Amino acid sequence: MQFMLLFSRQGKLRLQKWYVPLSDKEKKKITRELVQTVLARKPKMCSFLEWRDLKIVYKRYASLYFCCAIEDQDNELITLEIIHRYVELLDKYFGSVCELDIIFNFEKAYFILDEFLLGGEVQETSKKNVLKAIEQADLLQEVRYFPRCVTPFSF
Amino acid sequence: MPAVSKGDGMRGLAVFISDIRNCKSKEAEIKRINKELANIRSKFKGDKALDGYSKKKYVCKLLFIFLLGHDIDFGHMEAVNLLSSNKYTEKQIGYLFISVLVNSNSELIRLINNAIKNDLASRNPTFMCLALHCIANVGSREMGEAFAADIPRILVAGDSMDSVKQSAALCLLRLYKASPDLVPMGEWTARVVHLLNDQHMGVVTAAVSLITCLCKKNPDDFKTCISLAVSRLSRIVSSASTDLQDYTYYFVPAPWLSVKLLRLLQCYPPPEDAAVKGRLVECLETVLNKAQEPPKSKKVQHSNAKNAILFETISLIIHYDSEPNLLVRACNQLGQFLQHRETNLRYLALESMCTLASSEFSHEAVKTHIETVINALKTERDVSVRQRAVDLLYAMCDRSNAPQIVAEMLSYLETADYSIREEIVLKVAILAEKYAVDYTWYVDTILNLIRIAGDYVSEEVWYRVIQIVINRDDVQGYAAKTVFEALQAPACHENLVKVGGYILGEFGNLIAGDPRSSPLIQFNLLHSKFHLCSVPTRALLLSTYIKFVNLFPEVKPTIQDVLRSDSQLRNADVELQQRAVEYLRLSTVASTDILATVLEEMPPFPERESSILAKLKKKKGPSTVTDLEDTKRERSVDVNGGPEPAPASTSAVSTPSPSADLLGLGAAPPAPAGPPPSSGSGGLLVDVFSDSASAVAPLAPGSEDNFARFVCKNNGVLFENQLLQIGLKSEFRQNLGRMFIFYGNKTSTQFLNFTPTLICSDDLQPHLNLQTKPVDPTVEGGAQVQQVVNIECVSDFTEAPVLSIQFRYGGTFQNVSVQLPITLNKFFQPTEMASQDFFQRWKQLSNPQQEVQNIFKAKHPMDTEVTKAKIIGFGSALLEEVDPNPANFVGAGIIHTKTTQIGCLLRLEPNLQAQMYRLTLRTSKEAVSQRLCELLSAQF
Repeated sequence: MQFMLLFSRQGKLRLQKWYVPLSDKEKKKITRELVQTVLARKPKMCSFLEWRDLKIVYKRYASLYFCCAIEDQDNELITLEIIHRYVELLDKYFGSVCELDIIFNFEKAYFILDEFLLGGEVQETSKKNVLKAIEQADLLQEVRYFPRCVTPFSF
Repeated sequence: MPAVSKGDGMRGLAVFISDIRNCKSKEAEIKRINKELANIRSKFKGDKALDGYSKKKYVCKLLFIFLLGHDIDFGHMEAVNLLSSNKYTEKQIGYLFISVLVNSNSELIRLINNAIKNDLASRNPTFMCLALHCIANVGSREMGEAFAADIPRILVAGDSMDSVKQSAALCLLRLYKASPDLVPMGEWTARVVHLLNDQHMGVVTAAVSLITCLCKKNPDDFKTCISLAVSRLSRIVSSASTDLQDYTYYFVPAPWLSVKLLRLLQCYPPPEDAAVKGRLVECLETVLNKAQEPPKSKKVQHSNAKNAILFETISLIIHYDSEPNLLVRACNQLGQFLQHRETNLRYLALESMCTLASSEFSHEAVKTHIETVINALKTERDVSVRQRAVDLLYAMCDRSNAPQIVAEMLSYLETADYSIREEIVLKVAILAEKYAVDYTWYVDTILNLIRIAGDYVSEEVWYRVIQIVINRDDVQGYAAKTVFEALQAPACHENLVKVGGYILGEFGNLIAGDPRSSPLIQFNLLHSKFHLCSVPTRALLLSTYIKFVNLFPEVKPTIQDVLRSDSQLRNADVELQQRAVEYLRLSTVASTDILATVLEEMPPFPERESSILAKLKKKKGPSTVTDLEDTKRERSVDVNGGPEPAPASTSAVSTPSPSADLLGLGAAPPAPAGPPPSSGSGGLLVDVFSDSASAVAPLAPGSEDNFARFVCKNNGVLFENQLLQIGLKSEFRQNLGRMFIFYGNKTSTQFLNFTPTLICSDDLQPHLNLQTKPVDPTVEGGAQVQQVVNIECVSDFTEAPVLSIQFRYGGTFQNVSVQLPITLNKFFQPTEMASQDFFQRWKQLSNPQQEVQNIFKAKHPMDTEVTKAKIIGFGSALLEEVDPNPANFVGAGIIHTKTTQIGCLLRLEPNLQAQMYRLTLRTSKEAVSQRLCELLSAQF
């Protein structure tokens, strides 16, 4: 996988993870182009598209789009399930995750992603093992305040 | 409203994020951010030392600001400080900041690397993982230099925790991708392969990715992974849906790992070991069988995971391309998906079928789905799916269905999305040319293209139709009539005016007998379009007019009037003005004979690869299917023997293949003397750089055998490995020769910096001139490029030139060197002579230096017909009834070099009882006798 982007229906970028070295300028350009392309697509359309020399795999969960860029030989369907497994991990960690959780706890979203995918490859697919790694960090719990959202992701 | 969250709360951060979200405008947001930046800066600069928590909070705020899209130019040092904190959450934020915002400040890199080094040595698995994640996220060369040597050790150490192994494997993968030279291969590689046997599925999952990447460059070192991967896969595939506990995903056992294992196997040819192969085929069949079982869940995740494995299995089957039964089953499975209600599956089925269409085993099976695919083109609502349908139609097209497919594509073109029109135009143009039996159909098709999608018809397409019409006289009259009719339309596309103008200028005379298309009517028709056209088209029309002056003397005055008008003679455009002046003058001063000579019909165009195909390849990148198709076809045909020369390259589209060019060898300009550009100093340069990556690789194993095979034949495959295939076609006449070298990229990844070099050693260089042009440095996956070498034999020679190829494949440098089979006997011309003459000359060459004899054991069965064919293939004439002993073979010929001609006589005496041969060569030059004897002896 070359990169993963999470953005809202309004086109706001919520998370970006790059597995290939690119300049900040190039990253911004890619993000702008892709957000536009994906948002322009209609709901029933297929989840894959060719873009430059990459394949884009995307899926919408509630108000948030998850969008991955993979290479020619990579498997589209398994990438779709990478997205889903990541959503499940977020959901399990936050409990009915919604967009606001990712905004207010963006660092956690990155940590969970790093446990699941590393260098663009799946590292650990077991939900239990991924969350075990994250929760170790939460052993020293402190209390955190943040607004709760109303529309959790639906599966 | 406040709710308790997990983890370490940073209230200040939450408040800041809330503030930003509440900003009503971009300006307000920037204002709030600047305020925050000033605050953080003052805290960092303040006298009071910040505690870890505050530092973490501020660094996290900076990170948030950066991720919003603003520049951050401070805070790095504070982040680096966090790395050495003992508190996990502080360390974690420090690493996150570094991963996202690393800059190449050398002082900082040193500090970061130091902190990483400490964590890697800490033996605390969570700290180690954080450090490894950071290296993997940054992946820079500096980090590679610092850690690439340590990570393999961590990966295979017996006491490393599973989670550390997982991170280490993928961290190493990232470093290897970025700078392969920094990762040392060694004893650890064997142990990595054995991670495929690891108890922990997560470790296996991570390790497979690493192995898949490493084995591409070192296939032999990792060969043992095949059987391990097969047995692992087999265990997963045959396990019940609950066996693997948390690694089962929606009732599908370990889908990610399965897909990765199937990908790994695609790096290799089918397993050689029959037992392993049997087990694998069983797996593949099980996956195909499972596809037919009812789903265990209605959730889309279940079917996606299951089908991900199925598609990867089909990819492997296509990769092997050797099991007709599996290929046909795969095709049937995809056929079911073509009508599935899930758009995603229809899309993938169309995509995957494209590659199946290029396999000889499944091509016919794919063709049976033509109606469904055409229907998809008409009814799919998503343009990306329609695009796939177009690709598949193109891939499944052959002579039998070309008229239907071309017609369907043309009719789709009328409503096609603008984004894919140009590509469809190119495809239609290529198919129409490739499968034209009747060239009138071809002409009609191209004119239809221009009518329907004129704006998308590129120059290449209309140039090509003109080339073909000029080269084929059976279609010229029809073409003239058809363009004439098409031009009658009140509004026709400018491209039609160009084609029409050109064709009528050449062949208008063929329809001028019909009063409805008399010369004057033709002229008036063209001229009625003149004023609506752009300058280049007008220029073309002026040339048509002067051609008319020659073809039809009766319209000369009319045309002269037009040329003479102010709008032409004084046209503001220099090109138009010049043409008008010159053509007018030419028509006035030149005699009919001179006009007829100057304005003669265009000579046929030299045949070459269709530029349209080149354009399509450029547009489509690596996924062109035609290439695969042609490469495959070439491989399956005996290039030497087939009655119809196999399409030697992608030029299958251009009417005659390059072999047509070869036949015109005599007319080719002789290769000029002087040092050939690519071979001259080659030897020297290589010496100078022999320690760099561009050094010439040792001769490829097995190339010696292939070389010998080319002594008696000119065409075939010279070299082949996992990545690259090199094919040759050559022809020689007298002391000249021409060789076509075809480089086929067998992978689906680009080759970069692809540079073949011809090297003549210092000894060889004065005797042999080789000339060639560099090839395009990028060879797309599945594509084939060709290189032409012009050869001149200056004087007799012994050594063979070396073809050395360097390229980059997936980040690694590849070197291949093979001897190029240009041998002295290639410059042989056979000489027929009677028995008496032969013996007379034989006696004349009786000086001991002139004769070389070799007695040797037969390496191949001693078959008379084969021997005869070899002697003829060697280049000499086979003289019957010369030798008194009918079992012997006698040959004669002349070696042509630029400086001299050398007569050669040979005699081969087989001894069946002893399974031996005696070969005698007599020529006027000892070195020639010696070399020819060597070359020929090796053939029997």
